[in-house]
Amino acid sequence: MKITKDQVEKVALLARLELTDAEAETFTGQMDAILAYVDKLNELNTDGIVPTAHAVPMENAFRADEVRDSIGIDNALANAPKRAESFFRVPKVIE
Amino acid sequence: MELFELTIHELHDKLKKKEVSSVEATKALLARIEAVEPKVNAFITVTAEQALKDAEEADRRIAAGDMATLTGIPVALKDIFLTRGIRTTCASRILENFIPPYDATSVARLKARGAVMVGKLNQDEFAMGSSTESSYFGKTSNPWNLDCIPGGSSGGSAAAIAAQEATATLGTDTGGSIRQPASHCGCVGLKPTYGRVSRYGVIAYASSLDQVGPLTRDVTDCAIMLEAVAGYDAKDSTSVELPVPAYTKALTGEVKGLKIGLPREYFIQGLDPDVQKTMDEAIAIYKKMGAEFAEVSLPHTDYAVATYYLVATAEASSNLARYDGARFGHRSEAAQSLLDMYRKSRAEGFGQEVKRRIMLGTYALSSGYYDAYYLKAQKVRTLIMHDFIKAFETVDVLLTPVAPTPAFKIGEKTSDPLQMYLSDIFTIPVNLAGTCGISVPAGLSSSGLPIGLQLIGKPFGEESILRAAHAFEQNTDWHTRKASL
Repeated sequence: MKITKDQVEKVALLARLELTDAEAETFTGQMDAILAYVDKLNELNTDGIVPTAHAVPMENAFRADEVRDSIGIDNALANAPKRAESFFRVPKVIE
Repeated sequence: MELFELTIHELHDKLKKKEVSSVEATKALLARIEAVEPKVNAFITVTAEQALKDAEEADRRIAAGDMATLTGIPVALKDIFLTRGIRTTCASRILENFIPPYDATSVARLKARGAVMVGKLNQDEFAMGSSTESSYFGKTSNPWNLDCIPGGSSGGSAAAIAAQEATATLGTDTGGSIRQPASHCGCVGLKPTYGRVSRYGVIAYASSLDQVGPLTRDVTDCAIMLEAVAGYDAKDSTSVELPVPAYTKALTGEVKGLKIGLPREYFIQGLDPDVQKTMDEAIAIYKKMGAEFAEVSLPHTDYAVATYYLVATAEASSNLARYDGARFGHRSEAAQSLLDMYRKSRAEGFGQEVKRRIMLGTYALSSGYYDAYYLKAQKVRTLIMHDFIKAFETVDVLLTPVAPTPAFKIGEKTSDPLQMYLSDIFTIPVNLAGTCGISVPAGLSSSGLPIGLQLIGKPFGEESILRAAHAFEQNTDWHTRKASL
């Protein structure tokens, strides 16, 4: 086994997903098969190979620090599930 | 010829000569959409009212002699492009009611050139899939055979062309999501070089691989659409500051002396016999036109799918962290605490394939596994890129199949994710290498399903693959075949 149901549940917490017991069970089997498949990468010796994060080599992109228009508070809040005045409203964070 | 069957350049000529109006063309397409959507389901949202207003405006401009390349042309967009004031869902429940406050750069560029948008197209949820079966808004059918998948993830974009529901469409391609559905639906689909088209306002799946591109009825239209959307955008720091060539001018019909490479790893045992036959016939046509062939090797091809499913899922797990129920998108009613809100909103909002990829990516990035999976995959990605660099030292373009088989049946691969992932084996390496590829109609299977041919170019070599694709089109009639609906 590459991955256990217990590990799948830990990853689900890291990923902020709530899984049903049946989902955790299914994902354990499917992730196990996929991880076994991707293990084939270990057939390759990659010592000294530089990892590629982006296909096009790129330096930091800077722009001038200029004041520009933004979309504004009402637009930014237009899709908020819950709002209070000019804020996003979420469940209580501090006990 | 019905108005909904026309290419961009044919309709443009008719609009210019005032033989038809944009309102007439738009109405014809809207009527066609209404007639065939019950069978195809290519659209998530049809924007009929706005389209007619925009068509009226286009007609005023045409009357005033102020006509751009796309003025009055009805187009539709994959529902991954943000459209100001028009619901954009990415085929997910989590964005079911999301109304973007701004346009993606590609959308703004199409509008600036006068295009009329008729609607937003179905896709796999968050572009994760090869069959358009994972959409929250239902499956899309292949117009050539309604029991088959249209391909994915830009399945709606390809099906809408095949079903004549839009003159041209835009899709996105992370591992084959434009080329594979184009192949399965018998249209032209281009994935430009990474950085060629701005990703601003395109809902992110895997940021180092995602790229915007057109799906069209022929290669000329493809060149027109690419010319419209390509170019540097200050709002996407990964877009590249290179001038945009006049792609339509590259279509000379000339391929004499063109060196075409055949990667031996792509012509494998077990390739579908109809696909093999299509490739053989295409090679013969190019030889007749004076192109030269050489066998090349891309030795790390067999590792591309494994590399992709680590790189893409890792990036996805990070990109999709923004759907937290706090600022936009679905929020669970059941949540009591903040952690609860995150976990329940995401559990209710995402479908199975999206959850599976977030899980895989989170695992590949997690402490203790990062080096073994994500870093290893990034190193193999370097090897895959070098394969292409080496091949392009001796040839100008590569010719390969797009997919190992024609479109498969709906439901055939949904229970085995790994089998689904392997259907992208010939398209994924192009995204990992960051270069460009095009799918062109090249044949029909024994059961009457379209088969595409892939031409892969050097980075920013879109002109050479468009030229080669166009020359092929000039000598064949596959692009004129139509699905009977």
